[in-house]
Amino acid sequence: MRRKPFPWHITVFLAPAVLIYTLFMIYPMLASLKFSLYQSLDDGRQVFVAFGNYIKLLTDPNWKEPFWNAFWNNVVFFVIHMSLQNPIGLLLAVLLASNIRGAWIYRTIIFTPTILSVVLVGFAWKLILSPTWGIWFPLLDRLGLGDNEVAIALLGNESSALITLSLISVWQNIGIPMMLFLAALIRIPSELIEAAQVDGASSWRVFWRIQFPLIVPTVGIVAILTFIGNFNAFDLIYATQGALAGPNYSTDIMGTFFFRTFFGFQLRPGDPNMGATVAGMMLLIILAGVLLYLYGWQRRMEEVQF
Amino acid sequence: MTGSRYRWFRVFKISGIHATLLAYSALVLFPILLVFMNSFKDQMAIFGEPLAPPTPETFSVDGYKTLFEIANFQHYFLNSLIVTTVSLVLIVFLGAMAGWALAEYEFKLNTFMAIYLALGIMVPIRLGTVGILRLMADWHLVNTLTALILVYTAMGLPLSIFILSRFFAQLPPDFKDAARIDGASEYRIFTLVLPLVRPALGTVAAISMIPVWNDLWFPLILAPSEKTKTIVLGAQVFLGQFLNDWQAVLAALSLAMIPAILLYMLFSKQLIRGLTAGAVK
Repeated sequence: MRRKPFPWHITVFLAPAVLIYTLFMIYPMLASLKFSLYQSLDDGRQVFVAFGNYIKLLTDPNWKEPFWNAFWNNVVFFVIHMSLQNPIGLLLAVLLASNIRGAWIYRTIIFTPTILSVVLVGFAWKLILSPTWGIWFPLLDRLGLGDNEVAIALLGNESSALITLSLISVWQNIGIPMMLFLAALIRIPSELIEAAQVDGASSWRVFWRIQFPLIVPTVGIVAILTFIGNFNAFDLIYATQGALAGPNYSTDIMGTFFFRTFFGFQLRPGDPNMGATVAGMMLLIILAGVLLYLYGWQRRMEEVQF
Repeated sequence: MTGSRYRWFRVFKISGIHATLLAYSALVLFPILLVFMNSFKDQMAIFGEPLAPPTPETFSVDGYKTLFEIANFQHYFLNSLIVTTVSLVLIVFLGAMAGWALAEYEFKLNTFMAIYLALGIMVPIRLGTVGILRLMADWHLVNTLTALILVYTAMGLPLSIFILSRFFAQLPPDFKDAARIDGASEYRIFTLVLPLVRPALGTVAAISMIPVWNDLWFPLILAPSEKTKTIVLGAQVFLGQFLNDWQAVLAALSLAMIPAILLYMLFSKQLIRGLTAGAVK
């Protein structure tokens, strides 16, 4: 619009970013999807099998069992984040937004685990919960759980390992919803809240009648970010439980399942085609979540806000 | 409600808020301090009195000695530093260029480009790993820091472009128009507006840094060699091998946490501003 000759400068500004992004993000993603539609023959040739690999993943007993196990474990992982991390993050944000002294110190401290590597956090918790160290034991004795096998080795039992790891992950990542909620709460005009307080509204009422309705859009953003992050998680499980996601695959999630399928484990060789298929399923799950958010949630939000 | 009763209620409420936040802060600091504290104790004291701080009798730095003798942590640290710094420069600078183009110029593919580049915000780059590894193998980039830098740049660009284009769009037009009337080229104008969004550049750098510095996945898959290990992968491998040498493990954990905590202290302002800005829908 502004100029007539071919706008070379626009190309120059955009090209480097578009090139790197296309080459190392979009192209590999498409190549991986294409790869999931092929199978390797013994002589190394690739044959097109259409959705054969996906059907195998969902129906072949050797594949469907670990796949659904990883999927449902991932759902548990996500549900724990949604029901603990986000409400507690919101509570902390409301407390931090209440104009108390030293709020920035609390905020800085509570965000610290989020900037640490998952590997370090996972391992530190693994040591702390380790029965060899037994830091935990005096507390267990006091609670009358001193002889409880599960409580002694929270990461070593099938029934408790996944929940324990989810809680470690909540401990680490709570800073993100806290900050996003805090940012939304700070943007609410203080006159609104003060007016309600002058009228004698309790903090509880102020929260539900004024603050919460105004931060509902952030609730949606936090939910979808949690969903994407959880269904893409890998580091914590790999660092604490190894690629086998023990005990007995009870902590296996999509990320670790993808890694094992692609690279192989123990005596089973890696299978890049099936690895790409698992990645394709993960993409499908994440896209389903994103679309649900965009069409189900955000559209409704727009209707409410006109 | 009478005045004094109201005041009492307020004091009670504020104490409650402080108590809750203090308790949560303690829950955050406890594991970190426990690891730091015990990394300076001898093996006996680590197990005998895990909750006690080191005393002159129990003080020991044997863990750190083992670490420096066996693992090449200085080297891992340098790798992480190179990868993170180069990636950040590319993410911020190339992101600014593209963000500027999208915000400033009207052209046919503008909306398409904006959506195309924003896809990467929602879709995790890890899902393309099979394709990335093949590409890197074809180009003989496996086990090089270059491979990591290229992948992290592609990973960081979408959010960088998204945030920066919004900042560029908010700049008042007068300044740019004045420069154009003076005959400045579009490239010259870009170098003139860049300093105006400096806070935004810092913000983008701060939020892009964490996932790059802390990543385990791509170092593990693309660059696991001893020569190219990053500090997170180096720590992960070391922790796995020295499982029974608690002094060394605690020292490795402490040492690997320190750079991240220092960076956090330096950049927490930009980081928090970035999260706040990113939250604007």
